[in-house]
Amino acid sequence: MKNRTKRLLGVGVAAALALGLLTGCGSKSEGEAAGEESGTEELSGTIALAGSTSMEKLCEGMKESFEAANPGVTITVEYTGSSAGIESLEAGSVDIGNSSRALKDEEKEAGIVENIVAIDGIATIVDKDNEVKDLSEDQLSAIYKGEITNWKELGGKDEAIVVIGREAGSGTRGAFEELLGIEDSCAYAQELDSTGAVLAKVAATPGSIGYVSLDVVDDTVKAVSLNGVEANEENILAGDYILSRPFVMATKGEISEQSELIKAWFDYVQSEEGQEVIKSMGLILPR
Amino acid sequence: MNIKAKNSAGHIIETVAKVIFILCAATAVFAVCSITVYMFAKGTPALKQVGVPELLFGTSWMPTAKEPSFGILYIILSSIVGTTASIFIGVPVGLLTAVFLTEVSSKHLAGVVQPAVELLAAIPSVIYGLIGMMLLTPAMYKLEKLIFAGSETHQFTGGSNMLSAIIVLAIMILPTVVNVSASAIRAVPKDLKAASLALGASHIQTIFKVTVPAARSGIMTGVVLGIGRAIGEAMAINMVAGGSVNIPLPFNSVRLLTTQLVSEMSYAEGLHRQVLFTVGLVLFIFIMIINLVLMKVRKGAELSE
Repeated sequence: MKNRTKRLLGVGVAAALALGLLTGCGSKSEGEAAGEESGTEELSGTIALAGSTSMEKLCEGMKESFEAANPGVTITVEYTGSSAGIESLEAGSVDIGNSSRALKDEEKEAGIVENIVAIDGIATIVDKDNEVKDLSEDQLSAIYKGEITNWKELGGKDEAIVVIGREAGSGTRGAFEELLGIEDSCAYAQELDSTGAVLAKVAATPGSIGYVSLDVVDDTVKAVSLNGVEANEENILAGDYILSRPFVMATKGEISEQSELIKAWFDYVQSEEGQEVIKSMGLILPR
Repeated sequence: MNIKAKNSAGHIIETVAKVIFILCAATAVFAVCSITVYMFAKGTPALKQVGVPELLFGTSWMPTAKEPSFGILYIILSSIVGTTASIFIGVPVGLLTAVFLTEVSSKHLAGVVQPAVELLAAIPSVIYGLIGMMLLTPAMYKLEKLIFAGSETHQFTGGSNMLSAIIVLAIMILPTVVNVSASAIRAVPKDLKAASLALGASHIQTIFKVTVPAARSGIMTGVVLGIGRAIGEAMAINMVAGGSVNIPLPFNSVRLLTTQLVSEMSYAEGLHRQVLFTVGLVLFIFIMIINLVLMKVRKGAELSE
């Protein structure tokens, strides 16, 4: 009798486990209804965006929270590159063209309006004991290309330069190399796969140099100024600091001339939630 | 009547239990099969697109360049060099530790060493990486500065290099080698040793001429398991190897097959992503080969007994 109960119990437990495995996959849709109440008027339709690959994180984050707030709207984003995005916008195949550079004059002449939604800033950091406080753009490029290998060439201590960067595919690396015009010619001593790792490595390695998003710089490292301009939000907004670039969501004609749907998108970007998304990506809000 | 009812209830329970067991067993087989199919399905398209020689024997890794190149030769070589070198350091140390534990040490001392080795096995790899990053790489950087003082051509890595990776790997495979070898040595029949000692061999002669050779297939199993652990390790290596794609020289910053996946998977897209799957496939094939060797070794051990 006792044995039988035990056996039954065992089978029961096993069956329950198996059932749990099977049903575990079915309960995904619970949390989705949460956002429905926040949108007051019911929007529906599709907004098509195309352009900069660097804006992928921003766009995906914005799309996710916008779609949660407006369940009737579908956002499609293609990452084709800044120029291709503006071309698609001019051709009328998308509603918004993403560009991670300022618009060119001929693009503006074609009636494209530059709506800067965020600004990406990159700080160049060195370890705290480094005496070098300022680098010129050319010096920074030369360091990353492996042409300058010792800090004494830059007026610092006789200390080898350890060139630290991010892995291929990282947005920060893409922006850094693009803004300095040194794409594909960098000689990295270390390629790390996260901002935190770069920060920790630079802090711990004498003579090292690295780059990170401006917002994560803390007092374990020292940010160097470039061309005499300090890396901070003010200088970036003033346009003086070279390692920064605007994230543009361009439209054909002013936002006020757009459809209700597009206006709602830009309203959302400007709203508190939208600004929160931008800040959470480590980006700077434009004035 | 009552007995009959009892029997049929028992029969149902037996059948249900059997089905559940079969389902559970099938899960493992299904997982292995689907992983294999998936890796080959995802890993081969890039081979075709990039070209087998360009991909496997190319030395330039520039996946995001305007004209990208996807050569992973240095990455494969780094994995092979890292694993081989760590085995050359880890196996002698591990084997001698095993001999010490089983043949030489007093019970009292073995009672300290044995738990220490077992604890070593329980430490998560990220901790090895952290310790390596905090203690090993700064020391390594000092050594690097000493060796390459005044060098114009050497790129200073800050201590994150092949050698650091090898040292961390060698320590990580120790417990595997020690534990498997120790149990193999313990399994050597006492009369073999007794015969050796009776013939006038010394204790140390007996260990190296009789006991260790007699346990060699078990020791080989430990070595192959160690190779498997070393080649598959990602986390710790990612933290100490530097991560630039270079020729695997001791003081070069290197990238291994595993760290290649870890570091670039998150933002890779298009062909770059597909090539990463090919890197995964190469790693997968390496692991498969190691396991086949392991099965052979074990079979050999069974036959020799």
